[in-house]
Amino acid sequence: MKKQITVTVNGEQHTVEVETRTLLVHTIREQLRLTGTHIGCDTSSCGACTVLLDGKSIKSCTVLSIQADGKEISTVEGLAKDGLHPLQEGFKENHGLHCGFCTPGMLMRAVELLEKNPNPTEEEIRWGISGNLCRCTGYNNIVKAIQYAGAKMRGEETPSTEPEFV
Amino acid sequence: MIRCKTSKEISGMGHSMKRKEDDRFLQGKGNYVDDIQLPGMLHMDIVRSPYAYAKIKSINTEAALAVPGVIAVVTGKDLEQYNLHWMPTLMSDTQMVLPTDTVMYQSQEVAAVIATDRYAARDGREAVMVEYEPMKAVVDPYKALEPDAPVLRSDKEGKTDNHIWHWEVGDKDATEKLFNEADVVVKEQMHIPRIHVSSIETCGCVADYDKVENHLTMYMTTQAPHAIRTVIALVAGHVGLTEEKVRVISPDIGGGFGGKVPVYPGYVIAIAVSFLVGKPVKWVEDRSENLQADSFARDYHITAEMAGTKEGKILGTRFKILADHGYTDAAANPSKFPTGLFSIGTGSYDYGTAYMEADAVYTNKPPGGVAYRCSFRVTEAVHAIERITDRFAMEVGKDPAQLRMENFIKKEDFPWKSPTGWEYDSGDYHAGLKLAMDTVEYDKLRVEQAEKRKNGELMGIGISTFTEIVGAGPSKDFDILGIKMFDSAEIRVHPTGKAIARFGTKSQGQGHETTYAQIIAEELGIPAAHIQIEEGDTDTAPYGLGTYASRSTPTAGAAAAVAARKLRDKAKKIAAYLLEVSEEDLEWEPGKFFVKGAPEKVKTIQELVFAAYTNHPQGMEAGFEATHYYDPPNLTFPSGAYICVVDIDKETFEIKVRRFVAIDDCGNIINPMIVQGQVHGGLTQGLAPAMYEELIYDEDGNILNGTLMDYLVPTAVESPSWETGHTVTPSPHHPIGAKGVGESPTVGAPPAIANAIVDALSPYGITHMDIPITPYKIWKTLKAKGVIE
Ligand code: FES
Ligand code: FES
Repeated sequence: MKKQITVTVNGEQHTVEVETRTLLVHTIREQLRLTGTHIGCDTSSCGACTVLLDGKSIKSCTVLSIQADGKEISTVEGLAKDGLHPLQEGFKENHGLHCGFCTPGMLMRAVELLEKNPNPTEEEIRWGISGNLCRCTGYNNIVKAIQYAGAKMRGEETPSTEPEFV
Repeated sequence: MIRCKTSKEISGMGHSMKRKEDDRFLQGKGNYVDDIQLPGMLHMDIVRSPYAYAKIKSINTEAALAVPGVIAVVTGKDLEQYNLHWMPTLMSDTQMVLPTDTVMYQSQEVAAVIATDRYAARDGREAVMVEYEPMKAVVDPYKALEPDAPVLRSDKEGKTDNHIWHWEVGDKDATEKLFNEADVVVKEQMHIPRIHVSSIETCGCVADYDKVENHLTMYMTTQAPHAIRTVIALVAGHVGLTEEKVRVISPDIGGGFGGKVPVYPGYVIAIAVSFLVGKPVKWVEDRSENLQADSFARDYHITAEMAGTKEGKILGTRFKILADHGYTDAAANPSKFPTGLFSIGTGSYDYGTAYMEADAVYTNKPPGGVAYRCSFRVTEAVHAIERITDRFAMEVGKDPAQLRMENFIKKEDFPWKSPTGWEYDSGDYHAGLKLAMDTVEYDKLRVEQAEKRKNGELMGIGISTFTEIVGAGPSKDFDILGIKMFDSAEIRVHPTGKAIARFGTKSQGQGHETTYAQIIAEELGIPAAHIQIEEGDTDTAPYGLGTYASRSTPTAGAAAAVAARKLRDKAKKIAAYLLEVSEEDLEWEPGKFFVKGAPEKVKTIQELVFAAYTNHPQGMEAGFEATHYYDPPNLTFPSGAYICVVDIDKETFEIKVRRFVAIDDCGNIINPMIVQGQVHGGLTQGLAPAMYEELIYDEDGNILNGTLMDYLVPTAVESPSWETGHTVTPSPHHPIGAKGVGESPTVGAPPAIANAIVDALSPYGITHMDIPITPYKIWKTLKAKGVIE
C-alpha cells in the first residue's frame, strides 16, 4: 500500500510517496538520494544508519518511513553549516575514521550524545556510542574526536591532535 | 623519534598529515557501491539453502514470477546453458555459482530473483519454492577424514575422500630426532576458530552491461579490481567480454580485511543477468548473508610442539595443521602457498630446526580462507608459536619475557635465514620488548600479581613478540592465477607543478590518498596537498594486484617512490640545462636543485616541471610523467612486542583488559597518525577473536550465530584504550625502508591476550585455552579441573 508522507530533511521539506513497509533508511537513501546514511546490518546492530528524528538519534533501518511523517530528520549531509561541524572537525583532526562507512552514523549519534551531555567522560562516550559498530578504527580516536568536539562546543581549548606514542 | 626530511608544507614522510579523503566521508559524500543508482537498474536478491547438505529435488519459480515487479528467477540450470554454473577459485579448485543438484552448506546460493526494486526482489525470494532432500552433513574436519565419511566432492572425477592437499616445509627427520632427544618437549592442541571479517559495508556490485557497445562496467566491492577484470575476461571472453570491453570500478570501500578479495557467486550472477537483459543489475547482500555465506577466516586445528633445554633455550618446533576449508578451497593465497605464509611460524627466535605440515579437508561449511586483516595465515602461525613459547617458559619455570629475551634473534644477525627458508630483512626484537616492558612497568606488575595471587585474585600478564611477513611478493615465488604479485604507480605532473598519481592497489580505509601523496612529496618535494591519488578504476589505473595482506606500502608504495625518482632524474637533467652546469654539480634538497656551493643558483621542482612542458632540452621527451611496476626483491618482516594485562573476576570470570601496550616496528613510517590508527583498529580486530568472535556450527551444519546480534563484533565498550608506540628498524631492501603495518596488531594481539588469561589461571594448572576465551569457557575449564564446584 502506498502512502504520501511529508518530512523535513536537513531543513528542507519533501513530500514523497512510500510503501507503508518502506524503511526510513531506504526512503532517505533511494528517494531523497541522501546516501551518506549507510546500511551495515539487518538486525539493528551496527548503527551505520543513524539519523536524528526530531532531534533524537535513531536507527533509520528500524523505523518505517510512515512513522517519520510530519517530522524533522537530520542526516550527515546537513551537519556542516559554515565549514565543518565541530564533530566532523574532531573526527578529521583525530583520525576518527578509516573507511568512513560507520562515520555518518557515529557523527549523528555523537550529536545527540553531546547535546545531552556536553562534557562526557571517556566511559560515557564509550557507552554512548556502543550501539554503533566500527570495524576499522578500534574506537580510540573516535573517543578522542568526540572529546575534541565537546571541548570546542563548550568554547574551551581543544586537546592536542598529535598522535600520542608511549 | 621520527625525523622528517621535508617541511610541513611539503608533508613528505613522517608528517602526521590529516587525511585528504576525510572531507567527503565526513560530509556523506563517499561513493560506495550501494550508493550507485543507474537508470533502469534492476535489483537482485538471492534464495539460500536452509540445509548444509541436501539434494535439490525441484525449484518452483511460478509464484515468484507472479510477484509484481519480479522479472526473472535464475537457477543453476539456467546458468548451465552458458557453462557458468561453476567457476574456478583462486586456489584452482571449483565453486558453484548456482547449484544444479546439490547444496553444500547452509546459506549457499540456490537461485537469484531479479526485480524492479529491492522490496519486490525480496518478495520474490520468499516465493521461490525449493524442495530439498537433506543429507547427513560432514561438519567436523577430523570426521571428514574418516574412511566411512561421505565423499562430498563426488562431482570431481575419481575423488574418493575429503582430503584436499598436503603441504609441508622444514626438515622432518632432523626435527624428529631433535624432539626424541630433547630435555624438554611441550605440546598443545589448539583451534584457531572460524571467524568473519564483517566489514561494516557488506559485499555488492552493480553490473552494467551495454548491449550496443558490448561493454561491461562492473562497480564492485573488490580489493583487487585489475585481477577481477582479467578473471572476467578469462571466464567470459568466449561470449565477447574480452578484456578491453570490461571496466571494473572499485568505488569507496567500507572496509575489506580480505573479505573483498574473493569472487562471490552473487557478482557472477549479476554480470550474467545484466549481460542477458542489457540492464544494470544491483546486488548488495545483507549482513546475515555476508556472515553466513561469504568467505570465513582461520579455522586451523594445530598441534604445536616445542623442544628445548632445561635452561630455556629453544631448539626446535613442530606444527601439524588440519585446515577446514568448507566445501571448496576458495582461500585467498598466492598460488604456490596453500597454507599462505604459515611458515613464518618459527617466530622471532633463534633456532635452526623446524617442521610444519598441513592437510586440508572439505566439510559442509562455506568456503573461504581469507585474511581477516592478516597476511595469508600469519595469525594462525603467530598464535601457535607465541602460545607454545609461553607453554615452554611455563615448563622450564622461566619468566616468559626473560625467556623471549634469551631466545630472540639478535639485531646484528639480520638478514636472518629461518629454518623454513625465509630471509628476515631486519629487526630489533630486544629493543621492542624492552620498550613494551618499560612502558607497562613489567616488574612492578609481576610483584602486584604475586600479591594478588595470595588472595586468590586472578590477574594475568601476557606477552606476544611476533614477526610478520608482508608485501607479497617477489615474482619468482608469488602469483595469483599466474599473475605475478608486483604492483604499480603512475605519476603525472601537470605544467603548474601539481600532480595526479594512479595505482594498481585499492584503499579500503587505509588512507592511500594521503600516504601515497606523502611518498611522492618526499621524493619530489611537491606538496602532498597538491598530489591527487586515484585507485580502483581499471580503465585509468596501471595494472596491479590490489590491496590485501599489508602489501600496498611494500609494493605500490615502493613503486611510487621509484617512479618519483625517475622524475627527479629527469628534473635534474632539466636543471642542469637551465642552470648551464653539469648534473654532477647539482645538489637536491626537497623541492629544488641548486648548484653545489652556489645555493642562489636554484630551480624549484615547479620551475623544472614547467620547463618540461615549455622549455625542455633538445632531444629530451617533453612532459613529466613516469610509471613503475615494482617487483619486490624480498618480503618485509615487520615485528612487534605486545603486553596485555588482564583482571578476571573470581566469581563471574568476566575478563577485563586492564592495559594493552603495543610496540610495533614497521620500518620507516610514512604518516605516524595513520600508522597509529591502523594499529588501534588492528588491535580491536585482535581482541575480537581472542575474546568474542567465532562462527559456531551445530552437528548438522547449521550456523548458530549468523547475525550481528549474536556474532559479537566488539563495540567501544569491549575495546580497551590501546597504548601504542614503535621502534624503527628500516627494511634494507625497500626503497623507502617501510614495511607495512595494517595487520601486525591483528596478528600479534590474540596470543598476548590468550597468554595473559592463561597466565592468570596458571596457578590452577591450566596450560592452554582455545580462543575465544569467554567467562563461560573459564568457568567450564575450572570446573573440569575441579577448582570450582
Ligand atoms: S543498518 Fe545496522 S543498525 Fe541500521
Ligand atoms: S571507519 Fe570503517 S567502519 Fe568505522
